[in-house]
Amino acid sequence: MTFNNKTIDELHDLLVKKEISVTELTKATLADIQEREGALNSFVTIAEEAALAQSRALDEKGVDADNVMAGIPVAVKDNISTKGILTTAASKMLYNYEPIFNATAVENLYDQDMVIIGKTNMDEFAMGGSGETSYFAATKNAWDQTKVPGGSSSGSASAVASGQVRLSLGSDTGGSIRQPAAFSGIVGLKPTYGTVSRFGLIAFGSSLDQIGPFSQTVKENAQLLNAIASEDRKDSTSAPHRVADYTSKIGQDIKGLKIALPKEYLGEGIDPEVKETIINAAKHFEKLGATVEEVSLPHSKYGVAVYYIIASSEASSNLQRFDGIRYGYRTENFNNLDDIYVHTRSEGFGEEVKRRIMLGTFSLSSGYYDAYFKKAGQVRTLIIQDFEKVFADHDLILGPTAPSVAFDLDSLSHDPVAMYLADLLTIPVNLAGLPGISIPAGFAQGLPVGLQLIGPKYSEETIYQAAAAFEATTDYHKQQPVIFGGEK
Amino acid sequence: MKISEEEVRHVANLSKLSFSDTETTEFATTLSKIVDMVELLKEVDTAGVPITTTMADRKTVVRADLVEAATDRDDLFKNVPQAENYYIKVPAILEDGGDA
Repeated sequence: MTFNNKTIDELHDLLVKKEISVTELTKATLADIQEREGALNSFVTIAEEAALAQSRALDEKGVDADNVMAGIPVAVKDNISTKGILTTAASKMLYNYEPIFNATAVENLYDQDMVIIGKTNMDEFAMGGSGETSYFAATKNAWDQTKVPGGSSSGSASAVASGQVRLSLGSDTGGSIRQPAAFSGIVGLKPTYGTVSRFGLIAFGSSLDQIGPFSQTVKENAQLLNAIASEDRKDSTSAPHRVADYTSKIGQDIKGLKIALPKEYLGEGIDPEVKETIINAAKHFEKLGATVEEVSLPHSKYGVAVYYIIASSEASSNLQRFDGIRYGYRTENFNNLDDIYVHTRSEGFGEEVKRRIMLGTFSLSSGYYDAYFKKAGQVRTLIIQDFEKVFADHDLILGPTAPSVAFDLDSLSHDPVAMYLADLLTIPVNLAGLPGISIPAGFAQGLPVGLQLIGPKYSEETIYQAAAAFEATTDYHKQQPVIFGGEK
Repeated sequence: MKISEEEVRHVANLSKLSFSDTETTEFATTLSKIVDMVELLKEVDTAGVPITTTMADRKTVVRADLVEAATDRDDLFKNVPQAENYYIKVPAILEDGGDA
């Protein structure tokens, strides 16, 4: 018995009518995970015991008929702290680390009676765009197991795309939710900076990181965002701005909605079939009553350079804490205290993480700070101003999520610059703190193409409204990979 | 811009990382390529443009100064690699091992 083709609303109905119990739903989900895990490697930890214990307690308490999330299983990216459940950030550095507290987003899931089913694989410390830098081996794409699922939230995307679990959480620093959502043919949202607390998210780039939801459909995505968004005194960057219900505008028509299409997002380096898919999507939005107008974001081409300086600088500072003293991996090869630091870090971090620490330390070091870190921060301001100008007379920006469809495993992992350039369409959104979603928009070369909608700060309800209008009048989201019982 | 091996060793030292000679040579090449990519920023006129360092909507947050239950001591030591009597064990810091 599987329930992986049912939406949260349908599952809620079954739970409330007691046609299934939470324990039955959890067991079915665990079976769905096991059946596909050998082919995909989506999980670092399957939290079977904890999930079943939680389910039994929920069955005893009874499912709240007014809470649509109660009893619904969810997978959580392995850089989000879960008390008593291994949280490794897919690094040797944290291979044995069991947090003694929950991330606020996780605390919110528990408050909503959601069942945490396991921790998903990822690029080590969320540094990567393919899932291949994980210490626990690469995750495979649900549609084609010779392709990458995207990254860094590789396992969260594959798990939802393949029917292992209906919902998952990821984190997005430069595209790490949207790009794997695009490569895996599902819905992924990076919320406005500050919408979801970063407390308990293992920090990478603190001015860029956001936790966000993955799902099969737009409405489910908004429902999961409802569950995790909160102002949090434990995160002083969490936003006081609150939205009562992110699903509120879903179903409303989009007549008169003003959509901007930046010419830079359809320019050089974009796969022609991806470009064509997005142009067709733009025409579809016009048919639904929106206006689509070409605009310019002139500083877009500097986004990748700005990002790699800022994200790496913040990472080099954030990752100083991993020193082998208080938790995680400690080298066995030391004679003095400095040996513990240097050997623990050299043995515990993978190649890409070391590369980012080195780049960040270099950018912040004496003699280079002005030319690199300060310059990047100034160009960041210009990128933000580009967006402000467009949003002065447009509601949303439309473009591809990624310049190509999912690429072959092991094809870019030895060329960091090529791998970094794959993030050029998602990075500017993080630099400006904006919300962005990726939804299925078609197929190219037999693989899913993602469409990205970007809005001004706190415009998630409008993003969901437009995304849902597109979804309701297309069938891309209904097509499933073979591993999920589909024909593709 | 070419990053020298000496520069790689300097940055590695600041980062508390060590690399073999082969790795140092490789890093010099990779870092040079990445730095070449970011050099693109030089063409942007940023005279008088303020630097952005945070996206937070507010700068300072204060909380009430209240007494609260602290984290349990056994919990705090749960992940410590080597501990004894609620002390974290590390090698002697003083050069002669210290005997104080």
